[in-house]
Amino acid sequence: MTSEALPLAGSLRKRRRPGEAVIRGLLFIAAALSILTTVGIVFELGNEALLFFRSEEASLAEFLSSTHWQPAILDFGIWPLVLSTLTTSVTAMVVALPVGLATAIYLSEYATPRVRGTVKPVLEILAGIPTVVYGYFALTFMTPLLRSILGVSMVEIFNTASAGIVVGILIIPLVSSMSEDALHAVPMSLREASFAVGATKLETSLRVVLPGALSGITAAFVVSISRAIGETMVVAIAAGAGPKNFTFGEDSLFGYILNPFVAGETMTGHIVRISGGDLSYNSIDYNSIFAIGLALFVITLTLNILSRRFVARFREVYE
Amino acid sequence: MTPAGTETGGRASDLLRSSSQMRRRQRRGLIARFALLAALMVAVAALVTLIVTILNSSFGLVAVENARSPSELVTSRGYAEDTALGDLSKEDLVALLEAEISTNLGRRFEREQRFFDNRLVFEDPYVLNDLCMTDEPPPACYLPARSHSDVEALVVERVVEPTIVGTWSFFSSTFSREEIEAHAAEKYPGAELEHRSWLSWDFVISPQSPEPAIAGIRTALLGSLWVVLITLIFSFPIGVGAAIYLEEYARENRLTAILQTNINNLAGVPSIIYGMLGLAIFVRTLEVITSGSFLGTGGEATANGRTIVSAGLTLGLLILPIIIINAQEAIRAVPGSLRQAGMALGSTRWQTVRSHVLPNALPGILTGTILAVARALGETAPLVVVGASTFITTDPSGPFSKFTVLPIQIYQWTSRPQDEFRNIAAAAILVLLVLLLTLNTAAVILRNKYSRRTA
Repeated sequence: MTSEALPLAGSLRKRRRPGEAVIRGLLFIAAALSILTTVGIVFELGNEALLFFRSEEASLAEFLSSTHWQPAILDFGIWPLVLSTLTTSVTAMVVALPVGLATAIYLSEYATPRVRGTVKPVLEILAGIPTVVYGYFALTFMTPLLRSILGVSMVEIFNTASAGIVVGILIIPLVSSMSEDALHAVPMSLREASFAVGATKLETSLRVVLPGALSGITAAFVVSISRAIGETMVVAIAAGAGPKNFTFGEDSLFGYILNPFVAGETMTGHIVRISGGDLSYNSIDYNSIFAIGLALFVITLTLNILSRRFVARFREVYE
Repeated sequence: MTPAGTETGGRASDLLRSSSQMRRRQRRGLIARFALLAALMVAVAALVTLIVTILNSSFGLVAVENARSPSELVTSRGYAEDTALGDLSKEDLVALLEAEISTNLGRRFEREQRFFDNRLVFEDPYVLNDLCMTDEPPPACYLPARSHSDVEALVVERVVEPTIVGTWSFFSSTFSREEIEAHAAEKYPGAELEHRSWLSWDFVISPQSPEPAIAGIRTALLGSLWVVLITLIFSFPIGVGAAIYLEEYARENRLTAILQTNINNLAGVPSIIYGMLGLAIFVRTLEVITSGSFLGTGGEATANGRTIVSAGLTLGLLILPIIIINAQEAIRAVPGSLRQAGMALGSTRWQTVRSHVLPNALPGILTGTILAVARALGETAPLVVVGASTFITTDPSGPFSKFTVLPIQIYQWTSRPQDEFRNIAAAAILVLLVLLLTLNTAAVILRNKYSRRTA
């Protein structure tokens, strides 16, 4: 028998180690808990949203088509909230995209180690400041600034533009750090080849490195949009407290519906305002914020998955 | 792009250097370089402006109107006019109270806490004695007497009654002082202008109050510490456990891939969604547990499920993916040779992990955890949804208390239209930023120490 021939090895191999198995099991449970979180999110949001859509007061068709969100008279159309969310997010991207990308190009292609050493911490601090502080900044600095530049009559006290600009500032670090990673992943040989045929640094950066990092940069943009859409405190404080209901044809498209300088409530802002008050469970208000939450979750998840696809693509090419 | 000089031969480089096209290209490069630098400066300028805005609101001139002037009060007790209230003896201060407030109010204060151990000022000794015999004795029955500073604070609050009628930012206070003085003299004739630092030690240790001049952040600060403690107790062991499983135990199969993708996706879920999850699960479904009523404590059950535990667990779920991802990176950075050495000596997988991998990964894990905690400390939106209290003045007494946290306090004060609330919001932001800066510095120090050791 083998166990006689190799007594030690045999007994070791066969010895049961219940302690090891228990630890392995516990660690697995810890890892699996994250799955439970996702299941919890999907189940709870889905469940409450289903209650909302099944109720007599609301329907999925109305939710997706109506341009009025007025719970008081049982109007539940998500478009006013979605449009305000779009306004703040687009404004944010208009700020964060050029600044973040330019910062990334400068840091990756031009900066000396000393400049990197100063700018990197600044970006890290910007990324680490709580969003409620940015909300304060939007309300007490950005809004007065906009109002003094563009005129008090044009810019309302609560407006989506100032919230959007500040959300843009807050996602600059995200855009720049992800873009920089993508630029770094472009092999040095490509740059050297470009310099060798006589291209200047700018030409190399813009026509060789940038296209080479395009999928990674796209990923950065997509993640940033997702972040801007999910951003809550800045819009809750500075964008306004009331859905911007509108009627096509009656309200002017650029004067009101898409005008960033008037107040508007985003999806996240609405959830915060409604749940901040005394909310009774099983009311239509309570269920309605879960329907909005579900929409928010689906949008951001789709964007995040999309972004990961882009990242995977640029990894494939160079690594 | 086509290079400027396509001719061959020795003249090509001369041509290149002198050709106007080349000069144009280089000029364009230079301009672009400055444009990029300018963009980068936008980020720096944003940070500077943000900090300056907050500092600007935290300090500055205020116009204070007193119901009774302190100098009048001290002279009424026979002191010189310029004596500060705090220099009066406790007996004199109590006498001031006796003269200025109603007996009923005085009784109420005395039932809360006595003024002197050996005598009563407002209350009838027999009444108090009877009250102490009841089932719910007033605090005065077991608390020691009020201290000198307590009495002084009471005199200021109830007799002097300072109210701030106007505030100015630091910049305008510094650069246009005369205008402010003229404006204040005209608009608030009875008020006095004084410099005020909204951020002060008193501000940190005072409880919340509807009056911005005396409001503080003690309640919120303690709430934040409690919530973060629960968050840490919940998410640190689970997060590190999950990271160990994924790095050391998991085989490369479909299940592992799903777990990993799921964790990455969770890290990108907006924080407010976690708030809704917490509301649905911890506050509603698990109300019996999170309200503390399963322990039979009837007093705290008023909080429903909207307690420190619910808040802590919600933030725990929120930072779990961050802790896992950071811990995974730290564990991955431990050289494989260490594991092989452990295994070669005959240790089991867990023994290797415990005695070789974890000690080496610990600084990295801790750094990641500190950063995650900093994130939890600044989160606002999920806690609004979970149901932070809008106004509480009592310190949290345990995990089943109602709660408010520092960011929530900042949010509520910012949302108030009055200027003074903006000032205390700015001061509270400073406290929060200092806390976060301390945590981040600790993380950086830890990281540097660690990288020096492995290098």
